[in-house]
Amino acid sequence: MYQYDELDQAFVDQRVAEFRDQTRRHLAGELSEDEFRPLRLRNGLYLQRHAPMLRIAIPYGLLASRQLRTLADIARRYDNWPALADVPDILAELATVQMHAIQTSGNCVRNVTADHLAGIARDEIDDPRPYCEIIRQWATLHPEFTYLPRKFKIAVTGSPEDRAASEVHDIGLHMARDAHGDIGFTVLVGGGLGRAPMIGQVIRDFLPLADLLSYLEAILRVYNRHGRRDNLNKARIKVLVKTLGVERFREQVEAEWQLGRASAARLPASEVERVRGFFRPQPYQALEDFDAATGREPAFQAWYRYNTRPHRVRGYRAVFVSLKAHGQNPGDMSCEQMEAVAALAERVSFGLIRATHNQNLLLADVRQNDLYEVWLELKRHQLAMPNIGTLTDMIACPGLDFCSLANAGTLGVAKQIQERFDDLDYLYDLGDIEIKMSGCMNACGHHHVGHIGILGVDKHGEEWYQITLGGSANGFTALGEVIGPSVPKGEVAPTIERIVEAYRALRTEGERFIDTFGRVGLTPFRESAYATHPAAA
Amino acid sequence: MRRILRRREIVADDWIHFGEDAADGAALIVPLAELRKDPGRWWQWSGRLGVRLTPVDRVEELAEELPRLDLVAVEFPTPIDGRGYSAGRLLRERLGFRGELRAVGAGVRQDQVFLLARCGFDAIELADGQDPDAARRALQRYDVAYQPGSPETAIRKQRFFA
Repeated sequence: MYQYDELDQAFVDQRVAEFRDQTRRHLAGELSEDEFRPLRLRNGLYLQRHAPMLRIAIPYGLLASRQLRTLADIARRYDNWPALADVPDILAELATVQMHAIQTSGNCVRNVTADHLAGIARDEIDDPRPYCEIIRQWATLHPEFTYLPRKFKIAVTGSPEDRAASEVHDIGLHMARDAHGDIGFTVLVGGGLGRAPMIGQVIRDFLPLADLLSYLEAILRVYNRHGRRDNLNKARIKVLVKTLGVERFREQVEAEWQLGRASAARLPASEVERVRGFFRPQPYQALEDFDAATGREPAFQAWYRYNTRPHRVRGYRAVFVSLKAHGQNPGDMSCEQMEAVAALAERVSFGLIRATHNQNLLLADVRQNDLYEVWLELKRHQLAMPNIGTLTDMIACPGLDFCSLANAGTLGVAKQIQERFDDLDYLYDLGDIEIKMSGCMNACGHHHVGHIGILGVDKHGEEWYQITLGGSANGFTALGEVIGPSVPKGEVAPTIERIVEAYRALRTEGERFIDTFGRVGLTPFRESAYATHPAAA
Repeated sequence: MRRILRRREIVADDWIHFGEDAADGAALIVPLAELRKDPGRWWQWSGRLGVRLTPVDRVEELAEELPRLDLVAVEFPTPIDGRGYSAGRLLRERLGFRGELRAVGAGVRQDQVFLLARCGFDAIELADGQDPDAARRALQRYDVAYQPGSPETAIRKQRFFA
């Protein structure tokens, strides 16, 4: 994994000092809340329903054991609810393990994301993480692009199968090779969720690696100059792309790029090599594949089947640490669990942990003959729920319980779904179904791209839920269609049950939910969804 | 007398804004719209002439006239309106402007000056109530940077170069 050099460390230390001074000025009354807000947001600090929330960057999802231990330590000492005055100290502690919260919020370039199987996927063109790291550095306190019209998210995927939801990012970069075998990117722009979700469109089929930064700079400059600033809801780049049309947007970017290349940041091959050097393959042992599940108890076999994935290297597998135990909030983790995973990663996976956008963790490089021991250890810490890829492996934002933007609760609904779908054999029979749930239009739970999407809405002070079907950001990208009127809180899980029962009746042999939906469309699902309760207005 | 930050020093401002009391021969900054409205008058101005751009003005329109200008002022109406940063870099890097490049407006605060300087602003006219000494210190908050940028700050180590 990338290691800070003297420049990187000096930068985060100076950033902490700057934020300490800004916080001091705010607490002394020299900076009003309005003046302080854009500064604190660019350091990850939100003011939420009960207390401040600090969003910490995990660049492209990669964590070292000692970093996960530090997160556990901070969570324990600050009891999850940091006081504003403590935040500079928290950031200083993060900086000691090469972590930060820079640009995790605010209208600037956010954390750059990648595929959770980066570097170990069999279908990969190249490991996307060195390029994510280069983009991270280039975007960090970029003097021209720190006050954009709106937030800006970039994802890089190294595989033809998109596992990074790259088509719903402001910029999606798909690694590709040209006719000479040289590395580059297909560039997509204008994707995004939130209000008015859109799928990104290709503006360049092949961008040579050496031009990466100058081309990003051209896109950002066109956006910074011409993106709307009069209406926050129309300020994302997707609105500019849609207004101009992708052809005119491309022309503007290409023209800007030709004029600006000479003065843009260059990406020398030596720098690419330096960063790539941090992502070399691990020192794997020469092993053979074997079927670790044979002869073991059914519970292990189920876990092996659902919670582990093939690895590029023989004798290894990738292991999901399920944060989706029934009865737990999706994606939540205790300090003890973090410490257990950190220790386990040190023993069996080169001391590295990955965070996935599906709210799980991944141990990427586990020897197959360690799997049984890993399962026992994860099980001991309630981290082995064998439900990855099933209906209860759902994404949920924190919702009304914690978030000051939310219109409706999500965690109670998640619990309702976990209770109703608590039979593993039934979940396995349903197969691959992705539920994604957001408590408001901002779509932090990615509901638009869930096979089943759930959006909380406020109706005259009550929590209601709008359900969409057919969304996807895994393999292919599609936005879900609304089934009809929203349903009250108590009806969410029963409605989903009727929808999946309709699927069971409609599916052909081995057909996934999303494929049945693609074949038969919305109508039969809509009819079933409302079969037993009167449609709400 | 207004004080501004010019090339890391706090100095008395020797320029007058349009609308302020301007004696004949004074160094005067006029809005671009005003210059366009009455070009005959302003290009004949007896003193040095500068122009002030709002965030929606296109810097490219000034390309031909830049050699005749001693100063370009770029307006930042709020701290979160970042259009002026692009204007600054374009003026310096693409249009080759060598005169004084000045950040003006209610958005020019101490927490912006480092970015402004990196984008080529060599003069910073702080918003009312801002402390020039604090702003001057803020130029030195970072001594490392990832991106290329103009040398108005104390950067000793930089990752990417133009």
